[in-house]
Amino acid sequence: MKGFAVLRYFGWVLLLCAALPAHAALNIEIIGAGEHQIPVAIVPFAGEGKFAQSISQVVSADLARSGLFRLVDPDGKAPHEPREVVYADWPGVDALAIGSVEEQINGRVAVKFRLLDAVKKTELVGQAVSGKADQLRAIAHRIADMIYEKLTGDAGVFSTRIAYINRQERVNRLVVADSDGYGEQTVLSTSEPIMSPAWSPDGSHLAYVTFEQGHAVVYVQSLLTNQRKVLANFPGSNSAPAWSPDGKQLAVVLTRDGSSQIYLARPDGGDLRRLTFSGEIDTEPSFSPDGQYLLFTSDRGGSPQIYRAPLDGGPAERMTFEGGNNFSPRYSPDGKGFVFAHLTNGSFYIATQDFETKQMQLLTEGGWEKKPSFAPNGKLILFATEAQGRGILATVSSDGRVKQRMFPQAGDIREPTWGPFLKQ
Amino acid sequence: MKKLLIGVLLVNLLAACASQKPKETAVEEAKPAPVAETPRAVETAPAAAPAPAPAPMVAADPLNDPNSILAKRSTYYPFDVYVVQDDDKPIVQAHARYLSEHANRNVRLEGNCDERGSTEYNLGLGQRRADGVKKMLQVGGAKDNQIETVSYGEEKPRLTCHEEKCWKENRRTDLNYR
Repeated sequence: MKGFAVLRYFGWVLLLCAALPAHAALNIEIIGAGEHQIPVAIVPFAGEGKFAQSISQVVSADLARSGLFRLVDPDGKAPHEPREVVYADWPGVDALAIGSVEEQINGRVAVKFRLLDAVKKTELVGQAVSGKADQLRAIAHRIADMIYEKLTGDAGVFSTRIAYINRQERVNRLVVADSDGYGEQTVLSTSEPIMSPAWSPDGSHLAYVTFEQGHAVVYVQSLLTNQRKVLANFPGSNSAPAWSPDGKQLAVVLTRDGSSQIYLARPDGGDLRRLTFSGEIDTEPSFSPDGQYLLFTSDRGGSPQIYRAPLDGGPAERMTFEGGNNFSPRYSPDGKGFVFAHLTNGSFYIATQDFETKQMQLLTEGGWEKKPSFAPNGKLILFATEAQGRGILATVSSDGRVKQRMFPQAGDIREPTWGPFLKQ
Repeated sequence: MKKLLIGVLLVNLLAACASQKPKETAVEEAKPAPVAETPRAVETAPAAAPAPAPAPMVAADPLNDPNSILAKRSTYYPFDVYVVQDDDKPIVQAHARYLSEHANRNVRLEGNCDERGSTEYNLGLGQRRADGVKKMLQVGGAKDNQIETVSYGEEKPRLTCHEEKCWKENRRTDLNYR
């Protein structure tokens, strides 16, 4: 066991995942590739054939989806320990992942994994992970995250989760799923529309908007207990919840004093105070990572555009000037820029802009592309689009090079949002 | 005392049933001039006020006249506009007059948008459309407590296609009597 660190790994999310059937909810299609793909080989793990989930397959699929790796077929070679590796057998491979899965007593499994540098012939990382047998997918995502981090220098997001709305005829479902679309879990199902899910920074709660009471009302729901509370239910519309980075307050949009304005409240709805006073539509607030600023959409200048305002008061500054209209801003995790939906000549595009250059960069070809959100490592952007007449999920790398489309088995997907990193 | 309680409960139950109905139909109504409102006048009014209640004039209610301007129950808008258009002003003014003369009637104004915007921006825009109609109703003599406004944004489109022929139908405020 020397050289293996034991990973503490029993977060609540994992337990939730464990209860779910591991069927594919989405078909995934990848377009484009990163500029420099890293050639890696993921060798099938010893003993993995005995389990429903093949660890090496899940790891390979994760890495392939990122667009940053070229998966080299092991072609029958199957080393499981470093001493079994003949490096001369792996020409053109930068890194090699090997490992094993063993059944333990009381339904648990022990997974050992090593990542080897095939050029320097050294071990890059080694881990031993113990978990329940039905947590193999989660363990595999974790391994993919470690490989991604070691080889790219950025944190992996394969263990994170996403939330979105699935609308199928008159059934609207708020859904949480793994970032690869597996492990779908219905958080809320109702005949009325659902909008604007928003993750709490620790991933334990979702705030969202539903019309169950006949008008738009904001709820906060625990993903642990499934219990929910009304955050805001004033006459008119209550909507657009956004959590502050410390999770201690939410920005919400209310029309109780006239047109849509931004307010702050505690997660229990208390301590409500008004933030904007434009008298026009101010909506879709997004907190800066340091909690000092809000980006939001406003038509105060005559058309919907993106603005930024300090939370302690002070004037709002217009951020976007190009094209027709701009909507749905979300801060990048490093706080240096933002992503938004750009409407011009009847098409929606996903675009980014950084604060320093003020240059807009279009990341997509345009269509019906809405509601972008960053993965917590800032490398990917999740958004809603349409293909074959259906609402689907899509991602684009933040440099615009790699695109992915994820088709649901049924229904239309809308309003997706990428969840945070989870504490281990 | 017990009887009275049961009575009150019954009235509440009836009221609850009555108030749920229009919500369902509102969504289904396909065309801008619904004439299907007829019997509802009876169910709401007496249930609310058990005491004096003069006999409701069902037959004479102009709201039920398909040839009346009151049969028009929607206002329409250009893209990203929330001001009631000149063509629709006579409709809103007629409803204002009706509401001012029928203090027991309530209306729910439901603002809707086409899909060219974010869902949240459209929720705000739909609210402004409904609030704009409300303001005009109040100027025309309707009381604040007769009017409720909601926005559905782009969430409940009447027609779904990515073309103007659908969009123009979806940019509207519906007046729903209850």
